[in-house]
Amino acid sequence: MAKVIVVTSGKGGVGKTTTSASFASGLALRGNKTVVIDFDVGLRNLDLIMGCERRVVFDIINVINGDAILSRALIKDKHCDNLYVLPASQTRDKDALSLEGVERIINELKETFDYIVCDSPAGIEHGAFSAMYFADEALVVTNPEVSSVRDSDRILGILAAKSKRAVDGLDPVKEHLLVTRYNPGRVAAGEMLSVEDIQEILRIPLLGVIPESESVLQASNSGTPAIHLDKSDVAEAYKDVVARFMGDGVPMRFITAEKMGLFKRLFGGR
Amino acid sequence: MSLIDNLLDYLRGPEKKTAVVAKERLQIILAHERAGRGAATPDYLPALQEELLEVIAKYIHIDREKIKVQLEKHGEYDVLELNVTLPEHQRIL
Ligand SMILES: Nc1ncnc2c1ncn2[C@@H]1O[C@H](COP(=O)(O)OP(=O)(O)OP(=O)(O)O)[C@@H](O)[C@H]1O
Ligand SMILES: [Mg+2]
Repeated sequence: MAKVIVVTSGKGGVGKTTTSASFASGLALRGNKTVVIDFDVGLRNLDLIMGCERRVVFDIINVINGDAILSRALIKDKHCDNLYVLPASQTRDKDALSLEGVERIINELKETFDYIVCDSPAGIEHGAFSAMYFADEALVVTNPEVSSVRDSDRILGILAAKSKRAVDGLDPVKEHLLVTRYNPGRVAAGEMLSVEDIQEILRIPLLGVIPESESVLQASNSGTPAIHLDKSDVAEAYKDVVARFMGDGVPMRFITAEKMGLFKRLFGGR
Repeated sequence: MSLIDNLLDYLRGPEKKTAVVAKERLQIILAHERAGRGAATPDYLPALQEELLEVIAKYIHIDREKIKVQLEKHGEYDVLELNVTLPEHQRIL
């Protein structure tokens, strides 16, 4: 059975698109037929992060309005065989994203794909709502910062009360906590909420921790999802996240401050 | 910094780390926000509040704003909280 996974947060700029790109790529790298949908209508960005911005012809709104058939709007990813991108529209406003239209697209995608990853826009308005409504599982992307944690709690409340699964009385949406932009050094110094703190407050299972890393900017500069960056801690962390999601028991990494070796102190570390 | 300042700092003890402050603030505000969400407020609550106010008003002369009825979630349990701030010169006996 195909699974619909929403990557959501409430708060903006916490790493949803970065996560959607790397998570979908990771699923595809493991042989799953995967599609990642940009729900950020008006502010599309996933195409840039995936490096396919120049191949966008049709978008999700074109498909909903019947201007294009779904297969014409899907863009094959250049890094992975099993991965496709469905871009958002840049020109329309988000009200064009009707729930019936989204449902039609998701049902059609379910016939071909194993995983449908939905990159939610920020906020709790219509765009974010349509991204989460059909979800079976949710990655709740949270930064170790008060406003992000509070917004994640809001989103969890909405998932539990207003998602299709909630409305239809099915099993609830399965929630996963993903802490991103984590800085173990600052946590150790008492300057940043720890993973344990966040988990204790939000009370949902932890799927993974992505460290704050300069390589994320390099990945976005070149249009390569961070998971493909060789030997970077972010890539490793995202691979762990995908492995755990698929049921492998992988221990948490990158959650304690590493001691700076002499070499790193002299020449700097990434 | 003067000697006095140093001494005062010493007496106050180590400052609370900001991460600890962040966690405490979140726990308080989220408990509040969760309580006010969805099914947490049963529809008899306004009527119950109204009747409690009437009963209390029979015995104590008091402002309506000084009485709060709240339903809070504490883990598995719902706790109905009745908060009455008494006027300074009055006591219930
Ligand atoms: N682990 C990380 N380390 C460092 N920078 C990061 C990390 N994850 C994301 N970023 C940076 O944070 C910014 C926001 O990331 P991203 O676009 O993924 O967030 P978003 O939640 O999708 O934002 P929006 O709410 O606007 O859609 C980007 O500049 C990105 O490069
Ligand atoms: Mg985004």
